[in-house]
Amino acid sequence: MLLSLSDAIDRFVPDGASVALEGFTHLIPFAAGHEIIRQRRRDLHLIRMTPDLVYDQMIGMGCARRLTFSWGGNPGVGSLHRLRDAVEHGWPRPLELDEHSHAAMAAAFTAGAARLPFGVLRGYIGTDLPAHNPRIRSVDCPFTGETLAAVPALNPDVTIVHAQRADRAGNVAIHGILGAAREAALAATSLIVTVEEIVDALPPAMNGIVLPHFVVSAIAHVPGGAYPSYAHGCYARDNAFYLAWDVIARERAAFTAWMERHVLGTRDHGAFLAGLRAEAA
Amino acid sequence: MSDPGFAREELMTIAAARLLWNGCVCFVGIGLPSAACNLARLTHAPDIVLVYESGTIGTRPGVLPLSIGDGELAETASCVVPLPEVFSHYLQAGRVDVGFLGAAQIDRFGNLNSTVVGPYASPKVRLPGAGGAPEIAAHAKQTFVMLAATPRSFVERLDFRTSGGFLEGHGARARTTARGGGPRAVITDFGMLAPDPETEELRLVALFPGATVEEAKGKVGWPLAVAGRVDAIAAPTALELETLRALHARTKAAHRRAVEMPV
Repeated sequence: MLLSLSDAIDRFVPDGASVALEGFTHLIPFAAGHEIIRQRRRDLHLIRMTPDLVYDQMIGMGCARRLTFSWGGNPGVGSLHRLRDAVEHGWPRPLELDEHSHAAMAAAFTAGAARLPFGVLRGYIGTDLPAHNPRIRSVDCPFTGETLAAVPALNPDVTIVHAQRADRAGNVAIHGILGAAREAALAATSLIVTVEEIVDALPPAMNGIVLPHFVVSAIAHVPGGAYPSYAHGCYARDNAFYLAWDVIARERAAFTAWMERHVLGTRDHGAFLAGLRAEAA
Repeated sequence: MSDPGFAREELMTIAAARLLWNGCVCFVGIGLPSAACNLARLTHAPDIVLVYESGTIGTRPGVLPLSIGDGELAETASCVVPLPEVFSHYLQAGRVDVGFLGAAQIDRFGNLNSTVVGPYASPKVRLPGAGGAPEIAAHAKQTFVMLAATPRSFVERLDFRTSGGFLEGHGARARTTARGGGPRAVITDFGMLAPDPETEELRLVALFPGATVEEAKGKVGWPLAVAGRVDAIAAPTALELETLRALHARTKAAHRRAVEMPV
């Protein structure tokens, strides 16, 4: 079903929902995150391996009550200041943490995609994480007796991913670094995909990564929808923006002013990008 | 002391690169490890296999990535696999020879903290967290740890144990289900530590040019044991320094370059 991004968010992302915006550095659905902020969603349970700037923005704007994650930094730069402020000082509201390792999040999404109750891994050996997260448990292998780590399956109410293209039937093709996007997509009750372009027919994709139309709830055509992350073959990651974000997000007032001007003050992602282009010029 | 002509951070990177061998399969993190692995690839180990957790395997980037998932890594890789496969089919399956780890804190048994400073529920500093580290620490055949030394980073007691090294030492790690061998070297700004074969406590085993045992002891927050023989790490060669500096210069230019914004 082809929807505008604002209609898709309005329809599939209610207050209180568990929401996974996946994409590992590549294909992060920033436009969708911004639209959730514009629609002033509250009490969301955000799920994402690497919260990245998109969740820093959503957390700082008060959208989230809970975060399931495995690494919360600005990649190659340093801290996510808004995430830290929420955890260290409860600003703008306290944030519950459900903290894992990457391997465990991957196992939890994979189990969720298969509609199994838990993911299993030889993991969390010699770490304090299980002592602070009751959702990390163990299970004994019925065949060998080995004790393995177990994490509950992740089944988000809605997963949102960004992709290069979809065809008119709603099949989605993804190229490049995937992270756990495919597993998160198949684990969700509803799946929204934002795409760079919609084409009449996708090229043959034997062994390619395709989300077939019957697992997709809505497609929204959002060119540039991953910026300042990237869409391989379309535009590059704006590493300079990631460096600049460290300054923008460090203080509450500067962060809020930036978000009001660039996200709340723009009607959609096209206007957001136009605003940044104008500012750069 | 006169300027030796190179920085300690460069020495750390070069010393780590020298530990890698041609053909070894390396699980790489961002920062110093990424620089060390690519320096090895550009000097003595052209066939090293670099695996980044984003799913890029056998990647040969021309500049260092800012993030673990820069497009450069995918474009120059032998293959790009979904992230769950990297952790299950490659790392957990025992296919990684060397895993690199960094941290905010390390203790005398090579256990690492990258989660919090202060109590978990009310941290003084919330750090990024585990990422891939706990399972890299468990399953890479060996790990190399890189971090700068201060008494606040080399601590008597970790605020939080994110990744297991030798746990409490004296064979404690071998009694777990971890398949990898644990930390074989800690590369820091005065030189290198390695575990004692019996107790598994980290000992000073090598010093950089210009560094002393006293400096090392002063920067470590526990009473640092010193191995019977402490090696002197050779000064960087001209090739090593030139290659590393050129790599950093290319990287800096690339990261500051304005990208074309999508329309």
